[in-house]
Amino acid sequence: MVDLKEAVADLVDNGDTVALEGFTHLIPFAAAHEIIRQEKRDLALVRMTPDLVYDQMIGMGTASKLIFSWGGNPGVGSLHRFRDAVENGWPAPLEIDEHSHAGMANRYVAGASNLPFAVLRGYVGTDLPEVTSTIKSIECPFTGEELMAVPALRPEVAIIHAQQADRRGNVAIWGITGIQKEAALSARRVIVTVEEVVEEFEPRPFQIVLPSVAIDAVAVEPEGARPSYADGYYDRDNVFYEAWDPIGRDRERFAAWMERHVLGVENFSEHLRSIEGTMG
Amino acid sequence: MTQIARDNYTTDEMMTVAASHELRDGVVCFVGIGLPSEAANLARATHAPNCFLIYESGTLGAKPDVLPLSIGDGVLAEHADSVVSVPEVFNYWLQAGRVDVGFLGAAQIDRFGNINTTVVGSYDSPKVRLPGAGGAPEIAASAREVVVVLRQKPRAFVEKLAFVTSVGYGRGGESRRRLGYQGAGPAAIITDLGILRPDPETKEFTLVSLHPGATVEEGKEATGWDLKVARELETTAPPTEKELEILRDLQARTEASRRRAESS
Repeated sequence: MVDLKEAVADLVDNGDTVALEGFTHLIPFAAAHEIIRQEKRDLALVRMTPDLVYDQMIGMGTASKLIFSWGGNPGVGSLHRFRDAVENGWPAPLEIDEHSHAGMANRYVAGASNLPFAVLRGYVGTDLPEVTSTIKSIECPFTGEELMAVPALRPEVAIIHAQQADRRGNVAIWGITGIQKEAALSARRVIVTVEEVVEEFEPRPFQIVLPSVAIDAVAVEPEGARPSYADGYYDRDNVFYEAWDPIGRDRERFAAWMERHVLGVENFSEHLRSIEGTMG
Repeated sequence: MTQIARDNYTTDEMMTVAASHELRDGVVCFVGIGLPSEAANLARATHAPNCFLIYESGTLGAKPDVLPLSIGDGVLAEHADSVVSVPEVFNYWLQAGRVDVGFLGAAQIDRFGNINTTVVGSYDSPKVRLPGAGGAPEIAASAREVVVVLRQKPRAFVEKLAFVTSVGYGRGGESRRRLGYQGAGPAAIITDLGILRPDPETKEFTLVSLHPGATVEEGKEATGWDLKVARELETTAPPTEKELEILRDLQARTEASRRRAESS
């Protein structure tokens, strides 16, 4: 159990490949803000579904590369900082390595399994292999069938948010668990933020437990996934996602918002207090 | 979002109801967010109570009582038969051939049902950077058949896609079959004006049914290629009172739940 500030300072280096995962649910906003505040640079960010949190990191110049499969503001529209980086190179050019969800999911599985690549059916006939160098066709050595290969993802750091940790540092996640387990097990260093620490986990349907031996740092960050949601704790703040659209759309408004609500605060709980009543 | 009132319903309502009719009871359906999800859940609430809905966030047998805004909303997990990881939903369910029908949306579509959700303009310096592939390429490849739901407009129904994100019938004819996909390809494109189905030989999408009040002229004007029209053009059955009531109730509940979340 450590402080999130320390965990990010110790475990995230400039130039690292960093995966902050979460499939609508349990998105690690608190950790992302800490990375922005510590002005980490030149990160290769990995995520299947980059949403507002990567919009913020990209707009603040944290990333030089994005490895992803779907980048949007779900139910609202575009990620304007992401688009500005790709379309206009602002604030810096952003290299992209673009896949489908199936491709990304299998890349994590290969990474977690210590294999050099994964094999799947898909991509054939699409334009993706033409623009993405990490998609190559491969012949099955047994049947001769043509399949597609994608290289393993081995991020230096994976960061996820979970509901609970116990005192020994095991972590419990329930509800939609997406790709978090695979992301954590594919990475060399793992940071988990949690809603709370409990004496013992209760059994819950579809719960997964990530043992402490797979984790390098656990930090308690209540409400650390806001404005996304944490099943059992709080709902998704849909108003925030809508209110983000005009903020993200405008470079100056974005910079001012980040200055006031992310750079200008000490930690995530201060951030949450600072935006109270301001997002719609 | 133009909605022209036809009678006592909107063109969007007509589109959703027509799309819901494509979902037969008891099938396994892989559902995209937005219009496809609305149609699939209307089907589940009307003629297809036993359809099995799968969302790419890993929710199997999802039974949302309000429409999800995002693919990983909690309401999808709440009453689901099972919740699995993302690799599992794509590998063990979709790729394994357990999905009967994929319900997809699109930013752009061409005459052979190929879909673009990646870029408008050139890839290296795009005019508009779209969200990207998501789950669509593999749904289009591996679901036994696919139904696409989108509003018919010239900038969506284009002569040539800037980027092929997900394959329909490729260049038409036998070209999809040669790619070796297990799925048969798109069976229908449901729009706010009518229903398009592929020609059995050329695989070019042809207008086979017009929604009540829509005209062939409108359909042609909203299409960026020279839209073929079936010789025996049908008129889509209008939504029933019951369908409209259930759809509006679903939308009202979705709105109310959003408002509740806002005020809490």
